[in-house]
Amino acid sequence: MTDPVLDIRNLKVDFATRRGTAHVLDDVSFSVAPGELLAIVGESGCGKSMTALSVLGLIPSPPGKVVGGSILFQGRDLTKLRPSEMRKIRGGDIAMIFQEPMTSLNPVFTCGEQIAEAVRLHQKVSPRAAFARAVDMLRAVGIPEPELRARAYPHQLSGGMRQRVMIAMALSCEPKLLIADEPTTALDVTVQAQIFGLLDELRQKTGTAIVLITHDMGAVAEMADKVAVMYAGRVIERGPADAVLDDPGHPYTRGLLASIPRVDADPDTDLPEIPGIVPALTDLGRGCAFAPRCPLAVDACHAAQPRHVAMTGDHSAACIQLEPREVPA
Amino acid sequence: MTQLLSVRDLKVHFPTAKGGTVHAVDGVSFDIQRGQTLGIVGESGSGKTTTALAVMRLAPITGGEIALDGTPISRIEGEELRRARPRFQMVFQDPFSSLNPRDRVGRIIRQPMDLLGLGEPSGRDARVEELLTQVGLRPELKSLYPHQFSGGQRQRIGLARALATKPDLIVFDEPVSALDVAVQAQVLNLIRRLQRETGLTYLFISHDLGVVRHICDEIAVMYLGQIVEKAPAAQIFAAPRHPYTQALIAAAPSLAPEHRRRGGGARLQGDPPSPVNLPKGCRFASRCPIAVEDCRQRMPALRQLAPGQAVACHLA
Repeated sequence: MTDPVLDIRNLKVDFATRRGTAHVLDDVSFSVAPGELLAIVGESGCGKSMTALSVLGLIPSPPGKVVGGSILFQGRDLTKLRPSEMRKIRGGDIAMIFQEPMTSLNPVFTCGEQIAEAVRLHQKVSPRAAFARAVDMLRAVGIPEPELRARAYPHQLSGGMRQRVMIAMALSCEPKLLIADEPTTALDVTVQAQIFGLLDELRQKTGTAIVLITHDMGAVAEMADKVAVMYAGRVIERGPADAVLDDPGHPYTRGLLASIPRVDADPDTDLPEIPGIVPALTDLGRGCAFAPRCPLAVDACHAAQPRHVAMTGDHSAACIQLEPREVPA
Repeated sequence: MTQLLSVRDLKVHFPTAKGGTVHAVDGVSFDIQRGQTLGIVGESGSGKTTTALAVMRLAPITGGEIALDGTPISRIEGEELRRARPRFQMVFQDPFSSLNPRDRVGRIIRQPMDLLGLGEPSGRDARVEELLTQVGLRPELKSLYPHQFSGGQRQRIGLARALATKPDLIVFDEPVSALDVAVQAQVLNLIRRLQRETGLTYLFISHDLGVVRHICDEIAVMYLGQIVEKAPAAQIFAAPRHPYTQALIAAAPSLAPEHRRRGGGARLQGDPPSPVNLPKGCRFASRCPIAVEDCRQRMPALRQLAPGQAVACHLA
């Protein structure tokens, strides 16, 4: 077993809001090994993007603040680094691709210049060598005529091409860890398949660990080795992708999987629904955050946070139903 | 079954600044039977939304005919069009920008009745409460503003507004694509329940194959302004005949065991060609894995291959 590249332990992030303190991340733990792809899945507001931003030290502060836990990257705790040290890692050893490839590229510089800039920020090379590196990277991500595209501005490229440019930029400094926040949400399915194929190929070739943030269980199935399911700022289930998808332990994971309209399902029956909506992070009770919507909730669920209970191997879920029952005497 | 909507050879072309023409919709024909749902799927730029907007008379029609229940609606204008509007209504994609943030929900839902002079003014508030109940919202919520609702609730409000005129046809443009999956299931179930209860006819635009499979009786696949395949929902998934339909179905992420960690699966190369400079042959030929020289020379017509299944491919 290789040491994890990223090991997040009991991370807690609070945001000060007008309605009180929001526990945006509460006791979040997971790890990713080299070449591994971990998917963080959940609905809007569950904390999945906030997890990515905390790894990069990009939480807006104030109002946000890391109040507990650690983010170990190759053994160093990122929460303890000075801004100048974090700047060296960000974009170098840890790279990120964002959801919207239009707004995350600078419209007034060519694609090649932007990639070259990233290279020069982290490596001592001449502008000419950096630009040559940019062309190589564009070729590596499957862009046709890379010499030509390197001189193109972002608006001259399609959405799929722009996302490839973002990936080329992210990979230009050979990161150990790539965080991809909904990288294909703005793209069509056939282009999504191309980007997924590219990410998959790259991690196999370079051993880069990938954290894929997504709301799409289909994307999890296509890509992930491991998965962490988040709800209201907590990881409520984690484990190998097959185990979580085929044998979900948490009622929320089960509900989420059941509510997906599937091509092979009987279209004459209604989709199973999860009743209600996601709670506001400012007024979570003492108990399980999912309890108000949970079909299985009992009194104890509202009283205290459930612990993670191991199911098989590395698969665990935070649900009281999984606790071993005491046998009545 | 009687036919409610008939679209024949619909064309919507837009001029570009440089003197070219965007062929957004380029010769599309379909019918929808009363009480049925036709889904249009396709990727961005395929013309599916423009088709929906043209049916709604919200995009300029360059050519072709649209008839609702036998009455032509593609050429009428002004007062005549306004009087026809109650019969076809629309639910939009974005539940945030499609509701006026300054109006209370009750007024948003009442407005179509006020503008189109439907029913007695004194009875309209009661009708608003009835509509809210119908879409699963409590009537007293009518005094709140849109920002006080979640995305799923807002889409219910948009649906109540569309129902306010008692339409025959509702056009949905990606009604659930902005919603989280759990909320999406709630809204899809509601859309289906309303159809069962009231016999409404739907034109349903979506890029999500799972969603159209769940909601539609018949599915049309669009590529660069044209329908490339049309068939009953079950049939198009069981036996897709057009290479583009096959690629679309293969690329759709799925939980099926054979999709696990396949890294996106078999995939099409490249992007669709520009809708301005269209190739003279099949528009899919540049990305098609089986294209032959004939495909680049001659545009294939949509032809019947099996009962209910029409395909525009020389090789199908």
